[in-house]
Amino acid sequence: MNQPNATGGGIAAYLLKHMREYGLLFALIAIMVFFQIVTEGVLLRPVNITNLFLQNSYIIIMALGMLLVIVAGHIDLSVGSVMGFVGALAAVMLVEWSLPVAVAIPLCLLAGAAIGAAQGYFVAFWRIPSFIVTLAGMLVFRGLSLWLLEGQSVGPFPKSFQALSNGFIPDLIGSGKPNILALAAGVIAVGVLVWMGLKTRARNAQYGIEDEPAAFFWARNAIIAAALMFVIWKLAGFRGLPNVLISMVVLTVIYAFLTERTTLGRRIYALGGNEKASKLSGIKTERLAFLTFVNMGLLAALGGLVFAARLNTATPKAGFGVELDVIAAVFIGGASMSGGSGKIVGAVVGAFIMGVMNNGMSILGIGIDYQQVIKGLVLLAAVFFDVYNKRKQG
Amino acid sequence: MTALLEMRSITKTFPGVKALDQVNLVVRKGEIHALVGENGAGKSTLMKVLSGVYPAGSYDGEIWYDNAPAAFRDIRDSEEKGIIIIHQELALVPLLSIAENLFLGNERAKAGVINWPETFRQTEALLRKVGLKEPPGARVDSLGVGKQQLVEIAKALSKDVRLLILDEPTAALSESDSQALLDLLLELKTQGVTSIIISHKLNEVRRVADSVTVLRDGTTVSTMDARAEAITEDRIVRDMVGRDMAHRYPDRTRRAGEVLFEVKDWNVWHPEQAERQVIRNISLQARAGEVVGIAGLMGAGRTELAMSVFGHSYGRRISGEVTVGGKRADTSTVPRAIAAGLAYVTEDRKTLGLILEEDICRNTSLANLPGVSQRGVINHAREAEVAEKYRGAMRIRTPGVFQKVMNLSGGNQQKVVLSKWLFTGPEVLILDEPTRGIDVGAKYEIYGIINELSAQGKAVVMISSEMPELLGMCDRIYVMNEGAFVGELPAAEATQERIMSLIVTE
Repeated sequence: MNQPNATGGGIAAYLLKHMREYGLLFALIAIMVFFQIVTEGVLLRPVNITNLFLQNSYIIIMALGMLLVIVAGHIDLSVGSVMGFVGALAAVMLVEWSLPVAVAIPLCLLAGAAIGAAQGYFVAFWRIPSFIVTLAGMLVFRGLSLWLLEGQSVGPFPKSFQALSNGFIPDLIGSGKPNILALAAGVIAVGVLVWMGLKTRARNAQYGIEDEPAAFFWARNAIIAAALMFVIWKLAGFRGLPNVLISMVVLTVIYAFLTERTTLGRRIYALGGNEKASKLSGIKTERLAFLTFVNMGLLAALGGLVFAARLNTATPKAGFGVELDVIAAVFIGGASMSGGSGKIVGAVVGAFIMGVMNNGMSILGIGIDYQQVIKGLVLLAAVFFDVYNKRKQG
Repeated sequence: MTALLEMRSITKTFPGVKALDQVNLVVRKGEIHALVGENGAGKSTLMKVLSGVYPAGSYDGEIWYDNAPAAFRDIRDSEEKGIIIIHQELALVPLLSIAENLFLGNERAKAGVINWPETFRQTEALLRKVGLKEPPGARVDSLGVGKQQLVEIAKALSKDVRLLILDEPTAALSESDSQALLDLLLELKTQGVTSIIISHKLNEVRRVADSVTVLRDGTTVSTMDARAEAITEDRIVRDMVGRDMAHRYPDRTRRAGEVLFEVKDWNVWHPEQAERQVIRNISLQARAGEVVGIAGLMGAGRTELAMSVFGHSYGRRISGEVTVGGKRADTSTVPRAIAAGLAYVTEDRKTLGLILEEDICRNTSLANLPGVSQRGVINHAREAEVAEKYRGAMRIRTPGVFQKVMNLSGGNQQKVVLSKWLFTGPEVLILDEPTRGIDVGAKYEIYGIINELSAQGKAVVMISSEMPELLGMCDRIYVMNEGAFVGELPAAEATQERIMSLIVTE
């Protein structure tokens, strides 16, 4: 019988086993350091860090939903189109019909959920492959955005709607230079992270669950804390915490909790891992697959609103090809194509890797042609790394 | 008789594990040699060494084949020498025809253009040899498993096989298909084909084998020659498990209580073929503390009956009544069936029972997540505790509950499936082939668990293709044929012959 490398194998064995999780984080840090050097410090300027969050927020928001869809064993190719369509819908409601923002936003989110439900209906209850249903959706909603906007760009949006993306949390406890609220939030976030980590460790120790060596735990937390505080420090020196960063963090925490701690999340993993076995274990697999699509639609709608708010205009080309960035982020983050595995944090880090590369390469003035090639190769390398690791362990 | 194959002092180590330790195996020309041992004893590893899956150099020891040392680099290499292995999981392409499958990778072709008339002619000849009457153009997925197995053998014959290795060839076959397969092996023997058969079914071993080698924990325990001495099943079992097994079935105090589970007038139609009735007017009863068996050939509709009762997981136009504990139970969906106190342990644990990529812990809680959570939030500590409890109670042999079930042996996997269902707190357990593909020692433990459950007053319905198992375990046996019950026998009156005659005379 195989003996586990509990303590004997030591740090090297542990690192090898968890290569993927650490690898992803270090890849992100390495990429950031690389671009920081080659852009001669532009990447991590306060204004650019702020931009990084604003530019990638909608990708990250949609990656959360996409992770669930992919874990459930499906795919959603329509998110780019749906995002564009909802942006267009918001423009029509706010600019042409002059609806109040507080009415338009819920309506748009509802529209997104309904679109997700329509696609999920065919996937879950009629068992049409999600690739086909959402490919159809991709075409349909691309067309509908064009029709809604009549081929024109529509804008600008009311100020309160723009704040969704471009607003900042005012410094409530300081003068704003530097932003004390941001710094406080950063310190609290680091504290909470470490506290939760310690709590998990204590519990694992109690139940004899294998855990990372203490040195690793502290080193990892120190690096994360340093990186986090560094970013916060930079943000605090500019305009403070962007609204959209807060929504992103809150959503990430909610979805991480959902996937790792709730029965709902567990059932989605089970569904993707073995649908038939899950069904025979009393899990309502159809309903669950349906819900992941409803959720995806909702988040695609939110992504669309955030995107439109940032550009301050809805264009017929909005969301073009975005589905590929979102899907790539999830796979870079370690999700498996066949379903059943993948993590929220992985997807978010994957999205940041893509985002930093986009941003860094744009600063360097690298053409869109090379950018595509490089991003493609990074995606392939990440998945290859996964497969290679698995084979080595298996 | 001279030896065709001699494996000497084969030692194969994996990181941290010695899978084979100085194993010797001698197979004589023209004999059928049975290789037996518990799961994990090293049979498959030994065959992988032989066929070149583990290339020469990755193991210690010598292989002599045809009086010459052999060092196979890969499967192709060993196949060229006429060593062909047929794995438990068949390697046929279901959507291609028999002829296409037979010559896959070995096409009768000139410059890449297939000569179809020649292919079909040769296919027909090969099919005749293995006793199949199907046309060469028939698609493989239109054949039953038994016939597919024969196609695999025909494929081996097309490659001029000298040493045929069959890894548990009858594990998925019905009684009659198994007989046909074994007859074919005997027939091939007269034509000079030597074979090695890996099997858990000792009656089959006894029937066809000329000699038997027993492996245990990666070493050769004994080699017996049926031509020189009589080989008894008890002797083989003793060598396999390393101890005397006085009883193959643990004792149980039989004490049946009130009727706990009842199915009345159950009718089910085929999910796709609207005209075909799969289950006809079946009525079944099981008392608290009773183990009830359902005997029948493969295809009799036993699994269909069980799955249609359990949450209408099979079939259409289902009618009939289920009662649990005297009350009418709604079993129209799986969650409702579970709530009514039913549990169904599938015959196909890998595709229907487990999430192979996940660990024991997550598989154990799967059917009763609310049992380890509060308001939808899972308490991981409680979950681990539950899994640990069942690991201990079931004696699942792993270092911990965070092992992926993929890496467990068949017996341990089955115990995980049982744990999952016991954690739902069922009153009625329907066990579909609960010991299929697991070794003798683990079987005995599963029987112990079943007895334990009946002692707790649960009703157990046990479906099995192994009649001795039903006779050894059950209080009462229903005999099923073509979707209907054709008889019911108390255990005391049941024999294999009576059951078979009920099936045949109907």
